Amino acid sequence: MQAFRTLTSGVMPLDRVNVDTDQIIPKQFLKRIERTGYGEFLFFDWRKDPAFELNNPRYKGAEILVAGKNFGCGSSREHAAWALSDYGFRCVIGSTFADIFHSNAGKNGILLVTLPEEQVQTLLDRAAKNDGYRLTVSLEENTITDGQGFSTGFSIDPFRRYCLLEGLDDIGLTLRHTGALDTYEKQHDAAFWVAPRAS
Amino acid sequence: MSSNPKTLFEKVWESHLVAEPPNEPALLYIDLHLVHEVTSPQAFEGLRMTGRKLRRPDRTIATVDHNVPTTANRLIIEDAIAAKQIDTLRKNCADFGVELFDVQSPNQGIVHVIGPELGFTKPGMTIVCGDSHTSTHGAFGALAFGIGTSEVEHVMATQCLPQSKPKTFRIAVEGELPDGVTAKDVALGIIGRIGTDGATGHVIEYAGSAIRSLSMEGRMTLCNMSIEAGARAGMIAPDETTFAYLKGRKFSPQGEHWEKAVAEWRSLASDEGAKFDRELIIPAIELAPYVTWGTSPGMVVAVTDVVPDPAATANDADRRGFERALEYMNLKAGTPIEEVTIERVFIGSCTNSRIEDLRAAAKVVTGYHVHPSVHAMVVPGSQLVKAQAESEGLDAIFREAGFEWREPGCSMCLGMNPDILQPGERCASTSNRNFEGRQGRGGRTHLVSPMMAAAAAVLGHFTDVRTWEFKKEEVLA
Repeated sequence: MQAFRTLTSGVMPLDRVNVDTDQIIPKQFLKRIERTGYGEFLFFDWRKDPAFELNNPRYKGAEILVAGKNFGCGSSREHAAWALSDYGFRCVIGSTFADIFHSNAGKNGILLVTLPEEQVQTLLDRAAKNDGYRLTVSLEENTITDGQGFSTGFSIDPFRRYCLLEGLDDIGLTLRHTGALDTYEKQHDAAFWVAPRAS
Repeated sequence: MSSNPKTLFEKVWESHLVAEPPNEPALLYIDLHLVHEVTSPQAFEGLRMTGRKLRRPDRTIATVDHNVPTTANRLIIEDAIAAKQIDTLRKNCADFGVELFDVQSPNQGIVHVIGPELGFTKPGMTIVCGDSHTSTHGAFGALAFGIGTSEVEHVMATQCLPQSKPKTFRIAVEGELPDGVTAKDVALGIIGRIGTDGATGHVIEYAGSAIRSLSMEGRMTLCNMSIEAGARAGMIAPDETTFAYLKGRKFSPQGEHWEKAVAEWRSLASDEGAKFDRELIIPAIELAPYVTWGTSPGMVVAVTDVVPDPAATANDADRRGFERALEYMNLKAGTPIEEVTIERVFIGSCTNSRIEDLRAAAKVVTGYHVHPSVHAMVVPGSQLVKAQAESEGLDAIFREAGFEWREPGCSMCLGMNPDILQPGERCASTSNRNFEGRQGRGGRTHLVSPMMAAAAAVLGHFTDVRTWEFKKEEVLA
């Protein structure tokens, strides 16, 4: 996984609430068995509207997305994170995120930053109004600045932060606990009342 | 009262802790991993690329549900990409030793229908699946939640997941549910009150007399929709209803093990005095049959209401979302819901495709015919549900009324198979999501209970099922 440290980039505002993962990547692209190549299908239906932000040349190359509350709600499809990442987004800023999407984003090196709603609105407005608007997101410093007076800190789960900073493979981390797992499992296998199959 | 009272969630959580490394998420053991064709191929591929094994094939089961056609000749899948995905699951299950309930199996069905009906799902378990509606299994007092494909691979490799401990949210529905108000309406009523992000970061425990009076099918419907309120999971304490459902199921404990298992399961209920991070009490009498009007499950009103006015929203962002939803749904504020006409009816999905759902819908349509301008279909949740319904003659009732009677699968809930809405078509659906394009690009979805969907099929518009004139009631009494 690619590590996330500090990113300075253009910003695409997506001033919509409850953006669900069906919109991020519609169902017809979930039939593929690959993990790559989803970027061209990002926001597939919304992109058909010429006025949609992704079609606006001024946001071309933006690696930071700012969106309304409850971004990533609905389906657990990790294809949503794959599509965002494959398209080039490395950071999403919003006031709240759905739980499963939050986890999926982290596993793909996408930093999700949670800010108060007023600050998110400020960023949405500035990105929409100022040509060439850029933000610097530092995970090392836990700060976001725009060079135009906007500067804020943000909080993030320390372990999530550590994994993103180091680009760590989750499974590898769990395998450090193989001893504890073997011990637990040996004992737990006797609990037939929570075994999938009747003994 | 226990000196250290615990919630149902805490009991299941604590009994599955493998490790609690400092400053890291806890490592949670997973009892049962459900796998389907859509969210697993990249995970199996990940195992191959890293040379890792599937740690516990015996705790892993698979079925095909999302992509499979629901027509009679479904062994041949014309969509080459879907066919490849299903073949890939077959190969992966064979290579890694996973039991697969394939299309021809008498146990095939929607993953969240077959887990419980075969007795794989049990109280006190931890259950995951690469599908957000895994919350369904919480109806049995299991901790069950949806995960992404990276986590699917993680569980395959380690049978564990690193998890931050969620908060707890007790929602009690007290009193008797009015006639015509079903578990689906309880779910929609709750989401309408707390919003689609109302339970984010929380595990809901549903409690109260109205919940205890629900059948297991009803409890599954309710827990299924927990994710639509943003919850990590939904749970209901196991009781006599749960044990009666599980007794004698294919993979339920047998003989002397049964009594011991029940004793273990009985101890799972939240202790008196257990503390929840949040609590909400809803009087059952306040609930009604609901219809969603917008593009998010929280955009919902009682069937007797009108399409609401965007001006009533709390802030600008919500108002814009509201206006956008009205535009997409082609509805005007102030329109009575009962005047909204539909062209399609879908009875099915992991939310509402179980035998009780089909019985309720059949009871409404008995003696009636589907409206001439409506195309209606029933998609049973599993082969076992389908066989049961056919043995009760429900298929004949639906067919005679003009419904299509299909083979089991996810079908038009998300339209990954050929069952989709055409642009502009309006559907009364018993599924779980009314997102833009969910059932087909440009399609307009209204979420309702099976009874409400059946009544809409007959009239061609929504109607209050509480005033429905049932015919030949004795047939199904």
